[in-house]
Amino acid sequence: MASVDLNLVDEILRTRPPEPRHLLALLQEIQARFRYLPKEAMLAVAGYLDVPLARVFSVAGFYKALSLTPKGERLVTVCQGTACHLRGASGLVGALEKRLGIGLGQTSADGRYGLESVNCLGACALAPVATVDGTVHGHLSPSKALELV
Amino acid sequence: MRLSDPIELEALRAVLAQGPAPVRRLWVCGGPGCLAAGAGRVQEALQAAAGEMGLAASVEYRTDLTGCLGLCERGPLVGVEPEGFLYGRVGPGDAMELVAETLLAGRLVGRLAADPDLPAGSDQPFYRPQTRLVMRRFGRVRPDSLEDYLASGGYAALGLALAGLSPGEVSRRVEESGLRGRGGGGFPAGRKWASCREAKGPAKYVVANGDEGDPGAFMNRSLMEGDPFSIIEGLTLGAYAIGAGKGFIYVRHEYPLSVERLGLAIGEAVSRGLLGPDILGSGFSLDLETVEGGGAFVCGESTSLMASIEGREGQPRVKYVRSTEKGLWDCPTLLQNVETWANVPPIVERGPDWFRSLGSDRNPGTKVFSLVGQVRRSGLVEMPLGSPIRAIVKDVGGGARPGRRLKAVQTGGPSGGCLPDGALDLPLDFDSLTAAGAIMGSGGLIVMDDLSCMVDVARYFTGFLMGESCGKCAPCREGLVLIHRILDGLCRGHGRRGDAAELSRLADMLSRTALCGLGQSAANPLLSTLRHFGEEYREHEEEGFCRSGRCQGLFQPLIDPEACTGCGASQKVCPAGAVRGAGKKPREVDAAGCVSCGACLQACRFGAAKAVPRPGRG
Ligand SMILES: Cc1cc2nc3c(=O)[nH]c(=O)nc-3n(C[C@H](O)[C@H](O)[C@H](O)COP(=O)(O)O)c2cc1C
Ligand code: FES
Repeated sequence: MASVDLNLVDEILRTRPPEPRHLLALLQEIQARFRYLPKEAMLAVAGYLDVPLARVFSVAGFYKALSLTPKGERLVTVCQGTACHLRGASGLVGALEKRLGIGLGQTSADGRYGLESVNCLGACALAPVATVDGTVHGHLSPSKALELV
Repeated sequence: MRLSDPIELEALRAVLAQGPAPVRRLWVCGGPGCLAAGAGRVQEALQAAAGEMGLAASVEYRTDLTGCLGLCERGPLVGVEPEGFLYGRVGPGDAMELVAETLLAGRLVGRLAADPDLPAGSDQPFYRPQTRLVMRRFGRVRPDSLEDYLASGGYAALGLALAGLSPGEVSRRVEESGLRGRGGGGFPAGRKWASCREAKGPAKYVVANGDEGDPGAFMNRSLMEGDPFSIIEGLTLGAYAIGAGKGFIYVRHEYPLSVERLGLAIGEAVSRGLLGPDILGSGFSLDLETVEGGGAFVCGESTSLMASIEGREGQPRVKYVRSTEKGLWDCPTLLQNVETWANVPPIVERGPDWFRSLGSDRNPGTKVFSLVGQVRRSGLVEMPLGSPIRAIVKDVGGGARPGRRLKAVQTGGPSGGCLPDGALDLPLDFDSLTAAGAIMGSGGLIVMDDLSCMVDVARYFTGFLMGESCGKCAPCREGLVLIHRILDGLCRGHGRRGDAAELSRLADMLSRTALCGLGQSAANPLLSTLRHFGEEYREHEEEGFCRSGRCQGLFQPLIDPEACTGCGASQKVCPAGAVRGAGKKPREVDAAGCVSCGACLQACRFGAAKAVPRPGRG
């Protein structure tokens, strides 16, 4: 794995005062920039906030938005909210899993694609929906979902 | 410019309210559904078209983004002020025509009317039964404009309070209004306010819960993005009433636009002296910030949410001591749902009696619902509490989709329950729903039709909660896995006799012994479907039959030749090529080729395709 840009980590840390309550927010920012939480960055956070490393790890493990391994470059997110479920979301998941060769929550071996689920994007009227890198696509069928990747 | 006292605020409000009003305005819906359908591009195209017509900087003829217009089913929507036309399925390509015909000339473009079967304007079945209080600014103001907020009556309540109402009087108005929490439990807000007012501590906090974890619900998101200032003003009034100096708005991770809007609104309010230090020269200060969640459903629960704000794992704690006495950092904390907060300014301004005139006796006010699922018109709906479920599902939503029959209405999110169509006359209020085995929850209303399998629905919600259980207590962590395993077996045709009985036993154990609200209510979807749809469980268990045509392999489709119109829709979608026939003749299913996927059932708009037991089963 390429070495971690500690200057960037430092820059992120300095956006917030060193109070333990900012732990989650800092980890989220690191996640957003690196697409995962590098170990070096977690050590730096622990030092900056003066909290035990164990607490950093437990928070990192608890929240779904945080990940210890890099997420895919392109993130395909299928809505599994109730409205989408009723209108066939599981069919989309099945088709995408087969095509990408990965399960929900996984990243393809080449790191290009990540497949995730979300519970409702507020676009229930367009159900079933999925997003690719944040752009919403509605009224999907399994075959239309495959056109997204 | 900072406003230095309530009088200056009043003066500014008066100026803004009388300022030059546009002659005509196109309001592009910026609700989550329309944004997803491309409303942003529509607004850009309208702006460009207006520019071409020389209206780029026009005050008289404007096009702006606004909060959710409600009829998500037909999005992207464009509303027209003052004519009240409502356009639907608008694309960027329609921009020129809309600007020339409607914006400038005030004429209706008939082909774009949101609902072609209905007269244009908002006096439609979808809107007529509604009462918009929380959503009153949607379609009337730009959500990110403090000036629009002020011009539409915003900050009147805070001005009034700081000009002469004591903190006790502000609290009393909320207590006497009978306002109940909109985030799920329906707990009387006033009781929390009173107890928090009396509690002592080194600091006090106000918190808005915008975590909105229920799948299939977007009321709170629409509010945070459609009228962020109303939440902020509510929080400011709450902080004034209880004596808090710091507040947080906790927003679901998946709602970056909400975080952004609220953050900008907070900045605007501070720069005007309506938030921050020495608000309106009163000496009262409130520092407000947004906190973004980490993608954990349990963080919507109040104690987990506070743990999350403190920067810890969002695990719930047993509530020996109320958060109003010991909440954030063990200090008195007043936590309410964002919609509850948005109700506060009008209550303080107009008084408890006015608020009690809306809704029903023990359930005053209105509630915003997201009406979704197998319904003709999905959307965001606001009704007086106590309205019959029928009024929302049938009148507003238009009932089941063509060819389908309404089977159940699910309320309350994953902790809620499924009510059969016979319960449509129940009033939608906190107490009636709880008595019927469902709960109001935060306002998700999910309509299910005859193709929705109730065992599958129970499996879905149980699976959801199993994934979101924080794992702290065993009944929830283990119980949900056991329940899910049985439900999954039933849906896959591995049902065994006694499954339903075992499910009841596990559900009962889970409800009685779980630590927090998540586990205690996790069996509700199961219990309510067992209670109202026991026959479907029996069919899955004893006959391996799914009458809804949902559980693959547990049914066979049959097309009724009498009802079939020969439209060919089922044939087009069949992945196995097992639907036979041609022309206008009724179609037939070739049982040998059929893979029992149910696609034909979903496709038929005439109710001609039905699920029947597979031969040789049962
Ligand atoms: C598992 C669980 C999830 C919850 N999720 C939410 C939520 O997303 N939003 C919310 O406002 N309340 C949620 N609640 C209810 C909160 O605990 C709390 O009662 C509520 O926010 C209080 O505000 P209110 O009285 O104004 O409704 C949840 C409760 C539980 C048990
Ligand atoms: S359930 Fe999928 S967008 Fe709401």
